[in-house]
Amino acid sequence: MQWEVVIGLEIHVQLSTRSKIFSGSSTAYGAEPNTQMSTVDMGLPGVLPVFNGEALKKSVMFGLAVGAKINNRSVFDRKNYFYPDSPKAYQISQLYYPVVGEGHIDIELDNGETKRIGVTRAHMEEDAGKSLHENFHGQTGIDLNRAGTPLLEIVSEPDLRSAVEAVAYMKKIHSIVRYLGISDGNMQEGSFRCDANVSLRPKGQEEFGTRAELKNINSFRFVEKAINVEIERQMDILEEGGRIVQETRLYDADKNETRPMRSKEEANDYRYFPDPDLLPIVISDEEIEAIRATLPELPDEKCTRYVSELGLAEKDARALTVDRNMADYFEQVQQAVDDSKMAANWLLGEVSALINKNDMDIKDCPVTAELLIGLLKRIKDNTISGKIAKEIFQAMWTGEGDADAIIDKKGLKQITDNGAIEAIIDEVISNNPGQVAEFKNGKEQLIGFFVGQVMKASKGKANPGQVNQLLQQKLKS
Amino acid sequence: MSKLDKSDVEKIAFLARLGINDQDIPEYATNLSNILDLVEQLDSINTDEVKPMSHPLDSVQRLRLDEVTEVNDRDNLMAHSPEVEAGLFLVPRVVE
Repeated sequence: MQWEVVIGLEIHVQLSTRSKIFSGSSTAYGAEPNTQMSTVDMGLPGVLPVFNGEALKKSVMFGLAVGAKINNRSVFDRKNYFYPDSPKAYQISQLYYPVVGEGHIDIELDNGETKRIGVTRAHMEEDAGKSLHENFHGQTGIDLNRAGTPLLEIVSEPDLRSAVEAVAYMKKIHSIVRYLGISDGNMQEGSFRCDANVSLRPKGQEEFGTRAELKNINSFRFVEKAINVEIERQMDILEEGGRIVQETRLYDADKNETRPMRSKEEANDYRYFPDPDLLPIVISDEEIEAIRATLPELPDEKCTRYVSELGLAEKDARALTVDRNMADYFEQVQQAVDDSKMAANWLLGEVSALINKNDMDIKDCPVTAELLIGLLKRIKDNTISGKIAKEIFQAMWTGEGDADAIIDKKGLKQITDNGAIEAIIDEVISNNPGQVAEFKNGKEQLIGFFVGQVMKASKGKANPGQVNQLLQQKLKS
Repeated sequence: MSKLDKSDVEKIAFLARLGINDQDIPEYATNLSNILDLVEQLDSINTDEVKPMSHPLDSVQRLRLDEVTEVNDRDNLMAHSPEVEAGLFLVPRVVE
């Protein structure tokens, strides 16, 4: 049978506020355990939550960025469950009246087409603390530093049809929240996490199949792998005439399999109800419009502009605009050297290769935009060739100074004096009489050989255009 | 008329993590059923034009500025905890 895959994602984004959503504790990552908790985060009796307006503003920014309806009035509910890293025994969340309503984003598929994915809703809630299960004599250690960190949970429509689409959607959301500056999106630190609902149905059938929920997947790579192994598992069961059980499963990256989460409880029954400690959250149209005015240019708009105004290929424009820091770097270089294609080629070539190899963010790149501008200007004014420029780039990467200093120190200035180049050409011609004869007999592709020899003899410093032109003259004379 | 039975009461108690005595269950079932009956009287009223109320106060939430106002008070805050190690609260193991 032909099966159709149906995937919906729930993405949890930690909002980058300084303080927690309902208390004045710090949200900074990596502090000593329990040094960033207050009586509110601990859920001690008699305390009251006080809502952080910045969490609302950042949530509204996201909603506007995905073309969603912003609800002027939203309400916090209690989601009741018992787990020690949630000390109140409920999580404050929004079920019935979320702050962000229906919106959408467009993802780019491998075949170049775009596909619109629905965002069902996004709501504010508080993060839980952390449980540590190792090395405590059979007990569990609880750290509440993360408890109360503001989260925005973004729920997609079940519009995704493959693991690849799911990853493209997740990357797009990641890109948007980073552009907006509402989250650092750091997946290692848990600022950006994903649950995936996966089900299969016979192709052509309207009704959804039974789904399994894959919990807490924290890398793009694992999302793709986890979904694919889950699809295979479900397909095997269905092909044999079996039935899928609705359950929560965990992905084990080491074994590349999903397995049911051990749960002593029966089906979830969270008994949501409006939190009496918090009044409705109200935001006016004027306030929403004021937030809209602060939105930066978003990746899709930027990409379109790079194609239409800067003349870049769509694929390059896309690659440059995924990450805002990359786009900022590119724009700085592009404006300084006034050559979009050159800037794009360097960014997507040398710069990307090295930062990817070193698993580095572009803002930590030792070759800053200023340094790269200095280098590209020397290509533009013919001081150096593109080939030498790559050598200088490597030297800049290892901290040997700016382009001019390296050119001086290593004597890399391009030879553009015709007389000097001719002298080298004459030497190459006299050293290779056999090839000269062949060339003259019509084997013109040997020009490449001669160019190579001249470049080698000049240690790469001769201007390649001039070399080519002078060689043609001399060999054909 | 709602009538909760023994298994309903047991389920509610389990969800709330309350230990209850078997002999008390019939009384709980009656009391809880009476509460439901009381609330169900609302069903006889037409509420089509009434907006759902999420809070008895007709007011809106004030927003707090995003400022860190708490300092590290771990020792004091953890002083009432039965077991603490390496700055962590210790609780019975929750995973297998």
